[in-house]
Amino acid sequence: MSEKPRKFKGGVHPNDSKALSALKPIQDAPLLESYKVIMHQNIGAPPELVVKKGDEVKKGDLLAKASGFVSVPLHAPTSGTIKMIDKCPGPTGISIPSIEITADGEDEWGDTFEVIRDWKNTGSEQLKQRVWDAGIVGMGGAGFPAHVKLSPPEGKTVDTLIINGAECEPYLTADHRLMLEQGEDVVQGTAILARALGLKSAVIGIEENKPDAIAALQEIAANYGVEVQPLPVNYPQGAERQLIYAITGREVPIGKLPMDVHCVVQNVATAVAVADAVVKGRPSIERVTTVTGKSVVEPGNWRFRLGTPVSKALELVGGVSEQPAKLLLGGPMMGIAQSSLDVTVMKNTSGILLIAKDEASLYTSEPCIRCGRCVECCPMNILPATISQAVENKRFDWAEDLNVLACIECGSCSYVCPSHRPLNQHFKRAKIEIQAQLRKKK
Amino acid sequence: MSETDSKPIIQMPDPAKLVVSNSPHIRSGENISKIMFIVVGAMLPACIAAVLFFGLAAIKVLLFCVVSCVLIEEGWNKLVKRRPTWKDGSAILTGILLGMNLNAGAPWWICILGGFLAIILGKQLYGGLGSNPFNPVLVARVGLLIGFPELMTTWDKPALGIMKIDVLTTATPLGLAPGETFVKDVLLGNTGGCLGETSAIALVAGGIILLAFKLIKWQVPVAFLGSVFVITGIAHVISPETVHSPFIHVCTGGLLLGAFFMATDMVTSPMTRKGALIFGLGCGVITSVIRLWGTYPEGVSFAILFMNALTPLIDRVSISKPFGYTVLEKGGAV
Repeated sequence: MSEKPRKFKGGVHPNDSKALSALKPIQDAPLLESYKVIMHQNIGAPPELVVKKGDEVKKGDLLAKASGFVSVPLHAPTSGTIKMIDKCPGPTGISIPSIEITADGEDEWGDTFEVIRDWKNTGSEQLKQRVWDAGIVGMGGAGFPAHVKLSPPEGKTVDTLIINGAECEPYLTADHRLMLEQGEDVVQGTAILARALGLKSAVIGIEENKPDAIAALQEIAANYGVEVQPLPVNYPQGAERQLIYAITGREVPIGKLPMDVHCVVQNVATAVAVADAVVKGRPSIERVTTVTGKSVVEPGNWRFRLGTPVSKALELVGGVSEQPAKLLLGGPMMGIAQSSLDVTVMKNTSGILLIAKDEASLYTSEPCIRCGRCVECCPMNILPATISQAVENKRFDWAEDLNVLACIECGSCSYVCPSHRPLNQHFKRAKIEIQAQLRKKK
Repeated sequence: MSETDSKPIIQMPDPAKLVVSNSPHIRSGENISKIMFIVVGAMLPACIAAVLFFGLAAIKVLLFCVVSCVLIEEGWNKLVKRRPTWKDGSAILTGILLGMNLNAGAPWWICILGGFLAIILGKQLYGGLGSNPFNPVLVARVGLLIGFPELMTTWDKPALGIMKIDVLTTATPLGLAPGETFVKDVLLGNTGGCLGETSAIALVAGGIILLAFKLIKWQVPVAFLGSVFVITGIAHVISPETVHSPFIHVCTGGLLLGAFFMATDMVTSPMTRKGALIFGLGCGVITSVIRLWGTYPEGVSFAILFMNALTPLIDRVSISKPFGYTVLEKGGAV
């Protein structure tokens, strides 16, 4: 991919606010007394419980096994006793089944996987199986089981593996730090993923605002036959479809998946998890998360185990200097607002972000003045203003005709709207209504 | 709380005070009044030119228009129990644009009537800001033109010097025979016309401000002015003794005011760039047709209103294909 990356249409340039935590090295969070691991951390079927209250587990032991192909197992973040299996607050505000483990303080590994040192001569099936067994999901935010993306269905071929190091969301620096500090793991994980797909090479795409990460990876990548592609800074550069277009020039058809244009996209944190699973024989039980925000006393990047409550994470960063307006899991453009500090770190929690009162978009919505900024910035080239009016009139059929289903919910339109209209929210609603009607028809 | 002696107190967020709402959680900080006030700022050069050429009379007309537009809008808001909206700047902008469309000698009641037509008939009856299909100022201008044709088509002859109040009347340059208008006068604004029609330089300066702040799409003024220039240019070549030079056509008769400030009105023009191009072309063609063959010497207002009516249709035909609306194998190595 020596050619210049293509620029996708539209996009926005929010203040990236990454300086708060970009220079903070990753720190290991100290062992807690207990962890509350949310059961369902992946897109697809929730895993099936294999432990019960009172069981003793070692670190890395299976807590729940995959219940189907689009499902991943879940492992114990530390050694200890299963204290309770009950419902706890989940990221969407609904209480969902979770497993509480009381740590014994030993933090002792159980019988984990066999280490595959010679992965370069290991079959792709075995590598894929390891990725599945280790419970790896897309760690950039989606939480889609990684092994599924490595298994093209009959008739589909993959010729390009793209590792997403764009990290285009403002505030988040976890991927940036991973690439700087664990470049070897990132590149090795990339090469393993490529091998699992039967490819000889792969591309790591990184936004140009991380020159140090680009330089660091370029040095290592050459040894593994992996390429590093600097990308223009433009939100949402890290969105799968936009990233594929930037690197390969291919447009993923609406309603189709990257595999339909022979591409697979995985996140850098996922690549690290893969390297851990194969080379170190460790399941996915921890991740690097940026804890940041203007009101956070000491923003930083932390390696948390699954099940770490947000309240404990906030204690590690010294708490807050003032009451924030919002608590988010993820970045400010696509993250999910939380109402409880008891929600815990999951495999896809890239950030714990506190939005200050002065930057939170707490406006009343005004009438659309048809300025067309949403149309200009829409990376999917649809008409947000028009669709939003269709939704307000409950004409979901119009919204569908206007291709609301192509919306990737990046939030760029809402970000630029001078009338502060809840455009993104309207589209989410339209999608739900349209899908509900489709189900009715069936 | 004996622990607090050894441990520093860590302040935690109060979950009860956390707002839960949909993403995105940050905004660009843009708002309607910011946009409106930048447009008001872009009108300043033309306002200053108007005051220079028409003196205190210009200030009087502008002031009457702005005050009546704001008061009428707030009166309406009271009547229909809506919250005050003057802060969004839209009524103020309507007032200034209305003033720019009137003669320096316009009586006070014309200003008030114009304000009523613009705010009530042009905007509020359709549901207020954002809902009006026609440019409110042009609704007022055309309403007044039909109701008071004489008042609206005889213009004060500008006289340099602010204190000059005695008023001479004159025709718009387009109403004169070709050859009677001088290029320098047209450029600077020393010609007959309404307040905002006279100084080409000031209007272009305002247009550049709007473009620099990305408040208008360049397609509208370029297509509008370009098509008028080309069509009147051809006509001028064919018949130089009856048709003004294209240069005079572009710089006079409210064309610059229309192309930069009226046709570009966000609410009543297409949202896409492709649509803006069609819209601008349509305005230019209709203006030229009215000027060359119609009974009015100028046709900018009618052209823009006509294209306003077509805006929903233009919006519909100018939708471009969404990203990914392609055949499956395009660009993919099969």
